[in-house]
Amino acid sequence: MENLITRHRNVSILVAVLFAQVLGLAVQVKRSANAEDTRLIRIWAVSAVTPFEKAVIWMQQGTGGMWHNYVYLRGVRAENRELKQEIERMRLEQVRLSEDAEQARRLQLLLGFKEKFISKTLAAQVIGSSGSEQSRSVYIDKGSKDGIEPDQAVLTADGVVGKVLHVYGSTSLVLLINDQSSGVGVILERSRLQGVLRGTPLGGVAVERVMNDESVQPGERVITSGGDQIFPKGLTIGTVSGVKAGADSFLNIIVKPAANLSKLEEVLVVTGVETKLPVPGEMAGRVRAVDVLSQRLPSVPDKPVVDPKKAAATPAVPAKTPVVTPRGTVFEGATPGTLGTPNGAAKPATFNPLPGMKPAGPGVTVPGKTLLAQPEALLPKTPPANANLNVKNSAGAPETTPPSQVPVGDVLKPATAATTTAAPGSVKPAVVQKPAVVPRSSAPAAKPEDKSAKPEPAPVEDKRQ
Amino acid sequence: MQILYTSQEQVEVYRFNLPVAVLVPLIALFLQGFIPLRFPFFAMFDLPLLVVIFFAVARRSQVAGLITGALIGLLQDSLTHQPIGIYGIAKTVVGYGASSLGVRIDVENVGARFLGTVFFYLVHEVIYFVVARGMVSLSVQWNWAHEFVAAVANAGVAVVLFAVLDRLKQRA
Repeated sequence: MENLITRHRNVSILVAVLFAQVLGLAVQVKRSANAEDTRLIRIWAVSAVTPFEKAVIWMQQGTGGMWHNYVYLRGVRAENRELKQEIERMRLEQVRLSEDAEQARRLQLLLGFKEKFISKTLAAQVIGSSGSEQSRSVYIDKGSKDGIEPDQAVLTADGVVGKVLHVYGSTSLVLLINDQSSGVGVILERSRLQGVLRGTPLGGVAVERVMNDESVQPGERVITSGGDQIFPKGLTIGTVSGVKAGADSFLNIIVKPAANLSKLEEVLVVTGVETKLPVPGEMAGRVRAVDVLSQRLPSVPDKPVVDPKKAAATPAVPAKTPVVTPRGTVFEGATPGTLGTPNGAAKPATFNPLPGMKPAGPGVTVPGKTLLAQPEALLPKTPPANANLNVKNSAGAPETTPPSQVPVGDVLKPATAATTTAAPGSVKPAVVQKPAVVPRSSAPAAKPEDKSAKPEPAPVEDKRQ
Repeated sequence: MQILYTSQEQVEVYRFNLPVAVLVPLIALFLQGFIPLRFPFFAMFDLPLLVVIFFAVARRSQVAGLITGALIGLLQDSLTHQPIGIYGIAKTVVGYGASSLGVRIDVENVGARFLGTVFFYLVHEVIYFVVARGMVSLSVQWNWAHEFVAAVANAGVAVVLFAVLDRLKQRA
């Protein structure tokens, strides 16, 4: 036996080396179900290779930054102008979307629906890849020292990229969503079908586990479902690019990823996710339509000068809730219960309808929110200036009611000639032409005992007239 | 009787100094991981395999060839998320085979290098496929057209790469 090994020394070594590797593979396969450990050889290999990659990326960024930031500035002005326009457009879009989000939060709160919010992200640079067609993964320049942990989601501005698989000291391995071993819980946005997103052998992405009898159309957006406990719900994955009947009575839905997985440079690692009940109104005050619009105005009328004596005589207003008149005037300081009251804090802002902007409903007020005003051009012309509030009672019969007594939540109707009463004061009353819903929840409490304090409709002078 | 396609006098054995023996595989691994970030098609090349073939053929020692193949293969495995040993096994066999072939034939000319690389690339892919599919149950797919194109492309790169690396070898 010994003679045989000596005679075939090279083959014996080959067999021994192969056997050792096969044994090692078998151990890894057996332990792969719960193996979260990182093998020493991986640490050595990553430590040996990634410093080169970091150095090259650093030099590349330095050279590129020097060239693009100081030398090659052609077209920057035009690009800057376009970006500013884009920001304007997106801010208005954000205002509109925040209305929808607020409504969704209220509904979720009613359902006791807990949702996950991305509370913390960390930007990272992609410095290398596995270099294998069979292993679609990339290395980023952030590791455990930066707070990265396994199973954290990795995104770009376009969509989901993958998840953190292995974490080393200053680098991490990110498994891309087009790897065959990756799996992401997804929902098809329009049809609300749920499935599992997996990588294909050729580097594509497909949704599995959708039955053959379901109808899926190309172009449908695919988003994360949140069911995998890694990716928060609602993140963009991509769009359906093709649908074929697959094996085992499941559809083979080919997806085009929104993020360019073959040319990744910077990514965001989701390092913090909060699970909480939605809080309605928490976005209020962050982005306000009036703020956006007022910046676009060439001039905003100054705050009306209020006589200090009159101001002292005017009862204090407990809270400021914006009120919108249908002509597009937003009174930030006015309160629903005192609509028409001259208020020193009231600041009218004129609405300039913008192309592409979707106007909100007429005179709608949202609790804790500043309102989107109705574009003036879309509304009927101004009726007579002297008008008062006409409150529609439960029977539908109009009756004249001082604004201070208007119950919140009722509909304010424009005054007609028959119901118009001149305010006893010398100040011109407010003009309200279109119905406006005053929310019950946001209105300051108009206590019955306070009626005596404000017996008359308090007018507001519309300076634009 | 042993059949040799070249005389023993024609077969020269080379050696490499330590920095070259260490840095060349590391640089190959680095380039293999870095270039596909900018040029995704580069993932079809296997620079570590080409380095294994070059070292094995130049040294003409089967033991040195298989150990070189095993080490580079294991390092390459370590950079992936897959079990360590798939590339290791494939490159061990290629290292052994390339050094065995280097002993028997003259692989200094361009044609032999090209054909040899095509052959060893296919051997490498077959072994990888068998191990990945049979042992680790990875769902890899075999595509003949892709493999042949990749083999020819790798052989083309190998001809250039080997000419560059020839400058680093020293006569033993």
